[in-house]
Amino acid sequence: MKHGGDGLVFGGGGPDQSVTRAVVLPFRKSVEISVKSLKVRFFRNLITALSLALAVSFVTFVFVTTDTAQGLFESGKPALLDMLRHAGYDVSPGVTAVGGGPKERWIVALSLLVCAVGIVNAQLMAVTERFREIGTMKCLGALDQFILRLFLLEAAMQGVAGSFLGAIFGGLAAVLTGLIRYGSAAATHLSWSAAGLSVLEATGIGLALSLAGVLYPAIVAARMRPVEAMRVEE
Amino acid sequence: MSETHTIVRVSGVTRTFRMGKVEVQALKGVDLKIKQGEYLSIMGPSGSGKSTLFNMIGGLDKPTTGKVFIDEVDIAQLDAFELAWLRNRKIGYIFQTFNLIQVMTALENITLPMIFAGMPNDEAVEKGLKLLELVGLGKRHNHKPQELSGGQQQRVAVARSLANDPAIILADEPTGNLDLTTGEEIIALMQELSEKRGVTIITATHDYKMLSASDRVVWIEDGRIKKIESRDQLNITIGGIDAH
Ligand SMILES: Nc1ncnc2c1ncn2[C@@H]1O[C@H](COP(=O)(O)OP(=O)(O)OP(=O)(O)O)[C@@H](O)[C@H]1O
Ligand SMILES: [Mg+2]
Repeated sequence: MKHGGDGLVFGGGGPDQSVTRAVVLPFRKSVEISVKSLKVRFFRNLITALSLALAVSFVTFVFVTTDTAQGLFESGKPALLDMLRHAGYDVSPGVTAVGGGPKERWIVALSLLVCAVGIVNAQLMAVTERFREIGTMKCLGALDQFILRLFLLEAAMQGVAGSFLGAIFGGLAAVLTGLIRYGSAAATHLSWSAAGLSVLEATGIGLALSLAGVLYPAIVAARMRPVEAMRVEE
Repeated sequence: MSETHTIVRVSGVTRTFRMGKVEVQALKGVDLKIKQGEYLSIMGPSGSGKSTLFNMIGGLDKPTTGKVFIDEVDIAQLDAFELAWLRNRKIGYIFQTFNLIQVMTALENITLPMIFAGMPNDEAVEKGLKLLELVGLGKRHNHKPQELSGGQQQRVAVARSLANDPAIILADEPTGNLDLTTGEEIIALMQELSEKRGVTIITATHDYKMLSASDRVVWIEDGRIKKIESRDQLNITIGGIDAH
């Protein structure tokens, strides 16, 4: 093993000293650490992911319900249009697409907002709890960006998992509701690519929400001086 | 290797904490030179400013006025990357509260600084196991901190501080949370490191056990250095303490 104290701390610098002075955290290792942290706090992360899943499933439900109505509308069959009119959609001549009104859009936006606030709150708590861990990592040579990356990775994994499950659930619920309301025509006329796109879109919204929620707490944590972080009592 | 090489130089350092309207001056002008390979203890009562000085030397906090030089480089001049590099490669930290990362095993705690230093995983694991062996915990590499006793956790922390063969080890009350014998074992371990590897060891403590291992003792009181004693002067003082 190499002798520790024989060299100067900064001395003996060759021309490529800046290269040897880099600190690194390989991506694979970041993922490994993030997965570990997620696993250790499994229950808490599950709850955060579930609240996200709930919001995303609601959004997907709204999207896919609209997709179903649009499918029926595009079939052009009078009987189906009648059903749509009964269900409250505007199918008068000249309308090219059916969709939720502004009220529906408001509800969607509001539900996302509520969810975002919940996530920021949960992440603030989770990050505060880990100040000491963060301070320790910085003492070991971690850069601010390592800390940020770990938190973003965790939030991304949590976000994708929660959102995707929520989106699938919400999509299925919408299709089932459509079948009950309009019979088998709902499924046969539904454009599956449109529905798939809705699921992906909702998953994307969920992921963005999860990342946005962790960003502020993570930046605050990453910027802390090691001493400040370590002073926090556990 | 020149015996007189100064590795740490503290020059006129003060540190003021502001809490609301009250200002607390934790350090009131400290000057100190630490030689390479030295085992230096910083002694003083609680609240005298030991930890504050420790944080200054370790680049974990910045002085209000004054400068800290490591190898004659003013660490206030370092950018974030160089500072991280310094913490990673050149200084090993040991804390009173061990500060192991709870979600990682003993081995992972030790390999983390090596990963940051860019060492390939296999190599880091191999070296980590050797270091655990060195501190007498070879069989416990797969244990999480909660599954280890305080003394064992501190051993892991000592092993971690050695990960990148630092030139300086900073230990803030490393025995503060340990019982008498365990504390003595940790001290013996650090003394051995200082002698065999030539690592500069700086410890803050109010544990008189630490004194016999030290080359020099800095007595600090109310944010100022009261006196500095070398080992031979010390024996007299310790004799006095042992008497009661
Ligand atoms: N972050 C801080 N904010 C406010 N005051 C602080 C802070 N850190 C230290 N102090 C004050 O500075 C003084 C010195 O504290 P320090 O922690 O350095 O003492 P110490 O010698 O390490 O004591 P101990 O032996 O109890 O660890 C104390 O009066 C303390 O209250
Ligand atoms: Mg202290």
